[in-house]
Amino acid sequence: MHKMKETIVVADGLTKKIVKDIHVNVDKCTGCRACELACSTFHARPKYGFTNPARARIRVIVDELRDVFVPVRAGHYSPTECPGRNAYTINGKTYSECSFCKMACPSRGYFTEPDSGLPIQCDMCESDLQLGEPMCVQVCRADALTYTEREEVEVEATAQKELDAALGRLAEKHGIQKIAEVVDQMSKKHPRRLG
Amino acid sequence: MRYAETGYNLEIDLSTGYIERAETDPELTESHLGGQGTAAKILWDRVPPEADPFSPENLLIFSTGMLNGTPVPGANRTSVDTFSPQTNRYSHSLFGGFFGPELKHAGYDKIIITGRAPDLVYLWIRNDTVEIRDAGHLSGLGALETAARIKEELKEPETQVAAIGLAGENRVFMATIEHINSSASRGVGVVMGDKKLKAIAVRGTKDINIARPAELFEICHPMYKEIYDNPNCGDPMAHEDDETFHVDNFAWGNARERRKGYWNKNREAQWTRITEDVRLRWTSCYNCPKDCHQAVSYKGRPVYFQKCFNKLTYAMAAYEEIDFNYDILGATQEYGLDGFSTPQVLAFAVELYEAGILTEEELPEFPPDSAGRFFWLVEKIVRREGIGDTLANGVYHAARQIGRGAEAYDHNSMKKFEQVPLKLGMINYPYFLMYATGEKMNITQIEGSFPQIPIADKQDREKFVEGWEAAPERFKKYYMAWEPRQHPSIEASVNICDWNEIMHYIDDAIGTCAFLSSFRGQFGGRTPYHLFNLPEFISFAAGLDLDSDRLWEIAARNRNLIRALNVRRGLRRRDEKPPADHWKKRDPEMEKKLLDAYYQFKGWNEDGIPTKETLDKLGLGYVSDDFTQRGIFR
Repeated sequence: MHKMKETIVVADGLTKKIVKDIHVNVDKCTGCRACELACSTFHARPKYGFTNPARARIRVIVDELRDVFVPVRAGHYSPTECPGRNAYTINGKTYSECSFCKMACPSRGYFTEPDSGLPIQCDMCESDLQLGEPMCVQVCRADALTYTEREEVEVEATAQKELDAALGRLAEKHGIQKIAEVVDQMSKKHPRRLG
Repeated sequence: MRYAETGYNLEIDLSTGYIERAETDPELTESHLGGQGTAAKILWDRVPPEADPFSPENLLIFSTGMLNGTPVPGANRTSVDTFSPQTNRYSHSLFGGFFGPELKHAGYDKIIITGRAPDLVYLWIRNDTVEIRDAGHLSGLGALETAARIKEELKEPETQVAAIGLAGENRVFMATIEHINSSASRGVGVVMGDKKLKAIAVRGTKDINIARPAELFEICHPMYKEIYDNPNCGDPMAHEDDETFHVDNFAWGNARERRKGYWNKNREAQWTRITEDVRLRWTSCYNCPKDCHQAVSYKGRPVYFQKCFNKLTYAMAAYEEIDFNYDILGATQEYGLDGFSTPQVLAFAVELYEAGILTEEELPEFPPDSAGRFFWLVEKIVRREGIGDTLANGVYHAARQIGRGAEAYDHNSMKKFEQVPLKLGMINYPYFLMYATGEKMNITQIEGSFPQIPIADKQDREKFVEGWEAAPERFKKYYMAWEPRQHPSIEASVNICDWNEIMHYIDDAIGTCAFLSSFRGQFGGRTPYHLFNLPEFISFAAGLDLDSDRLWEIAARNRNLIRALNVRRGLRRRDEKPPADHWKKRDPEMEKKLLDAYYQFKGWNEDGIPTKETLDKLGLGYVSDDFTQRGIFR
């Protein structure tokens, strides 16, 4: 599942995560596509300056004669085409696999900018911290989209601890001076990678 | 940069295959807005009154409403405008759904179609790429089936399609243009068929620009909740299982009788069960939080969408139950037949048979049961086979072609067009005017802002008027003075008719749904959109500087221009007569006074022709010049 996480360190080795999600109830979707419009105009620059569902990070996959109405949010980009297009029958309705897939991929036009073809991704409208719920949820009066937030407190095997351990092993093997030289070279060659 | 609209029309000549992307004049937007308004201007300029609606020079115009595709919720209606072969007058119908917004995202405000294709074709628009494609393989297919096939062959599942069925292909006068859960009727489908245009498929991925973005979104955002929560807008009757209003007040059969006492709790439970059984879900039009259309799956029928009063029109015309209605809609929606006029044509034919005017000779093997007869007739009509060829011309023409006294059974048409089957007691002054003078052919497209009945209790009436934001002040006065079982004054009646129709002319130019504004004020008076908040929506979206006075003036300009289209085609006072039996008790003397007063109020002469002064004042000098040249002013 594609979910956004906000991480807050609450104590050493303990983090609180707020997991934000949009729950979809396909049975409640009336296919109005207000979510698409609202998403596209919220993310327009200037904000609300245009509408264009083709730029929306949420799309309603519609096949009205098969009673398929599935809102899907934009997930990650996949450069490869999907090999299989299975069909699933759920509650007597047949859905194509594509109906549920969040990937931006070359197989279909969803979730890529219509001009550039670059992939687009749902950011839960986090660019506007005042917003509360994402805009698509706000305009979905049928409650096909509902916003959920839950806290998860985790004992974190933090990335820093992992890095300390890995570098320690490398320093034992190669010596600390050698490691420092390699890191220095890497930072000159790929300045952004270390940024 | 143009805002809310694209600034381009798509010009298509089907005779020659000529396709052009034509820039439009922003001044026309300022004077007519868009939709029906600018379409009327194009019809005025380009279709001479002598042109036969069945000639290639007739235009078929698909117009996006000015606010289609903007964030304004519920602004999704596409206007289709042409001249009708049934009435030889201006013909206009709107459909909701998703087509208009998609067309705008493709970069066009209108598609203007002229000519006639040599063979059946469809139009494929994908942004700047426009093709006229062969539709031979789609011939005879159902309207929604056609849409599905086109999307499949184009491999463009997000394409929006408007298509005709077999009825349109065979130039049946009751033919519709179908688009998912919406359809355009009243004479536009037959012209699409005459032009041999099976369908228009459109996919658009361009931006629609907004003039004052933050301000517009700020007023649009609360409308989702306002519209969703407002019990007086949308199609509340569609969601009700209690059908008392329709079955008690509308006439059954060939608009013959009201059946009081037909409805009971037993029947309600039965109908509810059947309806819940066939309903897949409620569906919406683009960017609208209301869900006015049922997706229906009826055994043995493809999935279709039921809208509005179509739920009962066939059942009531045939004296059948709701099960029959769901069954026949499954056939008629794919054939592309209008659910208002078609049932009346069918009931008319059944009456002629029962009266012995039509016999076994015209109706061979005519089934004995009413349901069977309706299905039998539908099949003949959509193929124009035998008697179907005559009935396909609508009640008015069919009655005259059949003769032998059939004319007497044509009792519910007006201006050659089938009216809603309503037969009432006492003449109603504002309704008399709306029926007589309306250009939109169906009362539902004319009535709607002023309540149908007064609230009996004076205090309750006062309370209603206090919060009545939609109403200009004078209507509050008229309403307060209106006691139950009394007629409004002539002055009030004239103004009520004027306001009701003006609100439709606004909606039909900007593309907002009448269920959110012009049609719904009559039930409860609390519409989400009205004369006083629409100017802001339009101004912020399109960058025009409008107030309610200017908006009214534009609507009045459009109304007079459309009047002029019909006047130039011969419409005169003599035509402005509601069906003779629409009310049992008529008042010819008062009717004359009402019509005189209304014409005068509108600045029309006593024959219903807008005067030179009226036209010139509205900036329609080119119309008055034309009228002068043609000797139309007397």
